[in-house]
Order: sequence, then structure tokens, then C-alpha cells
Amino acid sequence: MLQPLVQNIVYGILIGALYGLAAVGLSLVFGVSKFLNVSHGELLMLGGYASFWIFKLLKVDPFVSIPLTIIFLLLIGFILYRLIFSRLIKLEVEKKIQNSLLVGFGLSTILQNIALRLWTADDRSITTAYSGLSFELAGIRFPAVRLISLGIAIVALISLQIFLKKTFTGKAIRATVEDWQSASLMGINIHQVYLLAFMLGCAMAGVAGTLVSICYSIDPSMGLNWTLKSMVVMVLGGLGSMVGTFVGGIILGVTESATAFFIGGNYRLIAGLLLFLIILIFRPQGLFGTKEGDK
Amino acid sequence: MKKNQTLLIAFIFVIVLAVIPLFIKKDNLLTYLCMILLYISLASSWNILGGYTGQVSLGHSAFFGLGALGTRLLWFAGWNVILAMLVGGIIAIVFALLIGSPAFKLRGAYFTIGTLALGQILFATVGNIFPQISSLPVQDLQSYTLVSRYYLFLAIALLTVLVAYLIANSRLGLGMMAVREQEDAAESLGVNAFRHKLTALVISAFLAGLAGGAFAFFQIGYYPQYPFSPVWTLDSTMMAYIGGTGTILGPIIGAIFFVVLKEVLSLNLAEFHPTVFGILFILVVLFLPGGFMGFWKRIRAKQNKKRESAAELSHP
Repeated sequence: MLQPLVQNIVYGILIGALYGLAAVGLSLVFGVSKFLNVSHGELLMLGGYASFWIFKLLKVDPFVSIPLTIIFLLLIGFILYRLIFSRLIKLEVEKKIQNSLLVGFGLSTILQNIALRLWTADDRSITTAYSGLSFELAGIRFPAVRLISLGIAIVALISLQIFLKKTFTGKAIRATVEDWQSASLMGINIHQVYLLAFMLGCAMAGVAGTLVSICYSIDPSMGLNWTLKSMVVMVLGGLGSMVGTFVGGIILGVTESATAFFIGGNYRLIAGLLLFLIILIFRPQGLFGTKEGDK
Repeated sequence: MKKNQTLLIAFIFVIVLAVIPLFIKKDNLLTYLCMILLYISLASSWNILGGYTGQVSLGHSAFFGLGALGTRLLWFAGWNVILAMLVGGIIAIVFALLIGSPAFKLRGAYFTIGTLALGQILFATVGNIFPQISSLPVQDLQSYTLVSRYYLFLAIALLTVLVAYLIANSRLGLGMMAVREQEDAAESLGVNAFRHKLTALVISAFLAGLAGGAFAFFQIGYYPQYPFSPVWTLDSTMMAYIGGTGTILGPIIGAIFFVVLKEVLSLNLAEFHPTVFGILFILVVLFLPGGFMGFWKRIRAKQNKKRESAAELSHP
């Protein structure tokens, strides 16, 4: 009884790291610009397909091609921001959240449809020569690709953290999260900060997508659930804290796997969403921890 | 005079819709009309909550699905289908009442994502409980007529539009619109925001539940999970937005446009219908708040202004 439970929790932690990584992107964009980009899950899907096709057609190892995926998603982010999201920046906060959400839904419909037509509805996953490898420790299995993915997720988060804490641009982003008006008065170009944060958010989604396509599987309709999971984690972890978000991801992962263990695998998703609703209801406004929310 | 004209046009429209099955014998054409009517019901019922009351819900498919599920189960158990549909609608109301008070603690975008999560919970749960496809038994299949389905869809679409019309022209409707425009201000003027929102939710849920019932009666075989799919919610939301939220005609125009566009694209771009519709939706949200109806009103206003200034010039 105990061993399968521990095994389940280990799997929960491993997938939770990916939830955390996915949510960090969403949370960064929301924190900086108050865009609730509900097509985040579709961006993650694009990242997954990018690695899948690079692996399939060019035979490049998916872990090695991560920089390519990042560049691809940065580009997508640039285009989407310039074409669509930049037109929302002048709205007041409430309206901005609402409209970015609606626009995001339109976008997710579009991306899902395109993915379905280009790449069919099949489940895809990347199977490398080492996909089957795993370590055992005290009877608990640790699949190699998921361990590597955990490592990459942590590296991605730390790099982002260093970028935000140490570089000038990163500091500008954090200043904008704190108070965009003062930041703007200090000579920070808010538009550039928004754009950059959006692109970084897309890149994080892309990396998460790559890892999902290696460890699990991807399909065109996966986006909505990943968006919802990212939102759950964002709410769990609180805004503005990378570590908090990452821990939130792991909490969600463990909750899901515990649900799968005690109730049934089909109820994983429901457990997370219930958790989400409960938090939403008990902390309706302040939950994203924003200054605007407290006003 | 103006009002009478509108009513007359509406009346003629309804008569035409009522006699269409006498002339059109092609099944596929009648099926398209059924779909248009279904989408009109869905978009208009969404509009009562999302458009008039300003509570942008993304959980509409939950009510549609519950209505469909209840109707299907009772109908297959031997109930009269109309009775089964009513019960389906009532199930939707019960669910609306259950979720109403927690959901309306959330405002704006938080309400929107909360309802989305609710819808997804039901979608997943129903899929877990009823994994098997639900097919019409053979004896029912033999007596299946499309025309009876058509009239049912027509009746529900008419009922939905009529209810929306009556609400829009009532005290209740004014209260809802006040809540939409400025919730706090409405409260301070004595409008009970929560009660108005809940009323809108219940009415919207009931009508969506009826539409779900008609769908359960219409569709020969489907997975019970299917009507709960977020696609229904997104489609109705997009239709209402493209046509124009908070208007009677908007969701109707949006629904007709949706199905006709699908037909037009079917020649060479059918598979990209969601993409085209999604792009239109984004354009409306970004540049055309008020949708087609808002656009039309603006053009009319401009013309009137021109006419007025022209009249002033000719009679100084």
C-alpha cells in the first residue's frame, strides 16, 4: 500500500514541476500586463509540436532542440503581441483582463483548429532511444526523461529568476509588476516591457510543451486543460513569486496523483479544478495578490 | 408605428419558418435550419446572462448538457419527450441555483474563469460516469422524423427570443442592465445586484436546458459528454459577440452568420471554419464592441445626423 502511494506521489511531483513551469509563463504575463492569456495552453501545445517535428524530421534530440523551440515561441509571442494583445494595453484593468480573456479564447480556437488540420487529432509523443530508461531507489521508479525534465524545468526557472533579479531589463519588468505608473515615470518603456514579458511567457510555455511531449503526450485539444492547470497553479502559488508558483505546481501534481490513487485516474482533472474553485470562492479578489485587486 | 412594423416583420418571419417544412423536403437543408435554430436558442439564452446582465459566463454548456442528459435518460425510460425536456430544464435550474451564490461572489473575469472551471468539471465527470455512446433504440429510429425535431427547435428558439425580448423591455431587464453598467452604482440605487444576476442565470440556464433537451431528441447517437463540451459555450459566446451582445437581434444574426459561414466555407475551406470564426471574434472584441448590431447602429446614427444637418441647411 505504501510503496504504490509513494510511487504515485513521486510521479505527482515530476508532473507538478511541468505545471509549475507552464504556470510561471502565464503568471509572468498576467503580473506584468494584466493579460489573462487563456491561449497559454495552446502555446504550450505549439512548443510540443515544434520539438516533435524537429525530432521527427531532423532527428534532433528534443532536449537539445529546446533553444530552437524557445526561439520559435519568442517569435510567435512577438507576432501575437504585436497583432493582437498590444491593442488592449490602454484599457482599464478590469476590462483588460476580460478582453484579453475573450481574445485568448478566439486565439485558442484558431490555434487548436490549425493544429488539428495540420497535424491530425492523433496523440503524439517523442520516443527517444533512452525513453524507456528508469532508475529504481528503494523500490520507487524514477523514469529518466522525467528526471531530466524536472532538472530542465528547474534550470529554466532559475535562469528566468536570475534574468529578472540581476539584469537591467529584468529589473524593469519587476518594477512594472510593482507599479507600472511609477516605473513609467522612471523612464521605463512600458510597451517594451509588456512585449518582452509576453514573449518570455510564450517561451516558458514552449519549454513546458517540449517536456510534456517527451514525458507524456500532446494533441491539438490539450490546450484548454493546460491553461486551466496553469491558472490553478497561478492561484495556488500567488502572483509574483517564482518559487511560490513552482511549489504550487507541485502541490497540484501531488493532489492529482493522490486523487488518481484514492479515487481513480479519471478524476485527476476534476480534483484540480475543485481546488481552484474553492480558492477562487474564498479569496475572490485578492487571490492574484495584485495591488489593483486590493483597491 | 415603428414598433408595430418590427412586430409585423417578426410575425412574417415566424410564419415563414413555420411553413418551411411544407415546401422543403431536403433533409440536409432542414438539418441546417435545425442547427440555426439551436444556435439561436443557445446564443440568445447566453445573451440574457452575458449580454444583458454583463456576467460573461463560460459555463453555458453545463446547462445545455444537463438538459440534454436529463431529457435523454427520461425519454429513453419511456417518458413523454416534452415532459422529459421540462425536467431537463428544471435540472439546469437546480444546478444554476446551487452554483449561483458561490459563483456570483466572483466578479468580472474571475466569474468567467470560475464558470469555465465548473463547466469543465461537469464535462469530465459526465464523461467518467457515462462513458458509453448513447444511441437511439431501433424502434425509435424507425419512427424518427426530422420535421418534428424542426418544430421543437423552432418552438424553443421562439420561446428563448420571446423571453429575451420581454426581459429586455421590463423593469427586471433595466435592473440587469444597470448591474452590467455599474454594479456598485446599481446597488446604491436600490437594485439588488445578486438577485438580478441569479434571476438572469436561472432563466438563461432553463432555456439552455430546454435547448439541450431538443438536442437530445434530435441527435441519433452521441456521447452523453458531448453536449457538455466547452465548444458549445465558446460557439454561443462568439455568436453573441459577433452579432452584438445585449441586443435581441444580435445573437440571432450571429447564429445565422455562423451556420451560413460554415456553408459558404464548405466549398473549399470547411475545415478552417473555426479559424475564420475565431479571427472574426477577435476582430469584434478588439475593434467593434457591439458586434454587427453596434456597427449598424453607428451607421444609422451617422446617416441620421447627415440627414438632420441637410434638413437644417435647406430650411435655414
